[in-house]
Amino acid sequence: MPKFTELEIGQEVACQKYQITRDSLVRYAGASGDFNPIHYRDDIAQSVGLPGVLAHGMLTMGISIQPVADWAGDSAKIVDYGVRFTKPVVVPASGSAEIEVCAKVGALDEEANKARIDITTSFEGSTVLGKAQAWVQL
Amino acid sequence: MVNPQIEGKRYPRTAPYLVGREKIREFLAATMAKPAAGSLESAKGNGHSDLVVPPTFPVVIQEHSLKLVIEDAEAQLDFSRVVHGDQRFVYQRPIVAGDELTSELSVASVKSLGGNHMVTFNTEIFDAANELVCTAISTLVVRGENA
Repeated sequence: MPKFTELEIGQEVACQKYQITRDSLVRYAGASGDFNPIHYRDDIAQSVGLPGVLAHGMLTMGISIQPVADWAGDSAKIVDYGVRFTKPVVVPASGSAEIEVCAKVGALDEEANKARIDITTSFEGSTVLGKAQAWVQL
Repeated sequence: MVNPQIEGKRYPRTAPYLVGREKIREFLAATMAKPAAGSLESAKGNGHSDLVVPPTFPVVIQEHSLKLVIEDAEAQLDFSRVVHGDQRFVYQRPIVAGDELTSELSVASVKSLGGNHMVTFNTEIFDAANELVCTAISTLVVRGENA
């Protein structure tokens, strides 16, 4: 598990790629209870003017914290996690959408022994989450 | 559309939701956690009574509260025009399998911005002892008719 005193601002703590397929969307719909059809039906996604079937924003948010939880060694250490949804992740019917999640130390709260981890999640060269930050209690 | 008058409105407490160990594992797998994240042994080794939920799991509880807003005729929330703007979870303590949770949603703000409406909800999540365990904060963007 990471030691607070060994952390430095700007230090990268994790960087990982994930493949999101239609399969992933169905699995997440079942696990979360979010059955909005724009996340699995092309015709419905198109009828509401979307570029295609989109990953649930909450799926992208949920995946993006996993490398941070691995690094922290216990997800209970993540006491605050927030993101803005800035761009959709379009998931093709066959093949996959690849996202890359990189996390680094953004701030250190020495009084509370907490580190703010700033997360960058990108898809096709642009970031899809804004102000993605998690406070980790160490 | 959304009715700006619902700013400040509090919705009733939801029915108890029992957090299940296998539901946590299902959610972990769906959010691409490593298999080790579902280990009961390591959760206990970290001092927890059971598996800890992944950070975004309370969205499941938030959905139950949000359903009350969607079904509320006064809110006039057109869900087909809704886009998720932002989301945050602030924990008072970790949520573990076996916790029985209820939630209470309040409408923190309704703002208009360039033909769209932005609605921010605070969903407070309580354990069986009625202690606050987590607050889920969610902003939905309701696209205007011409947006």
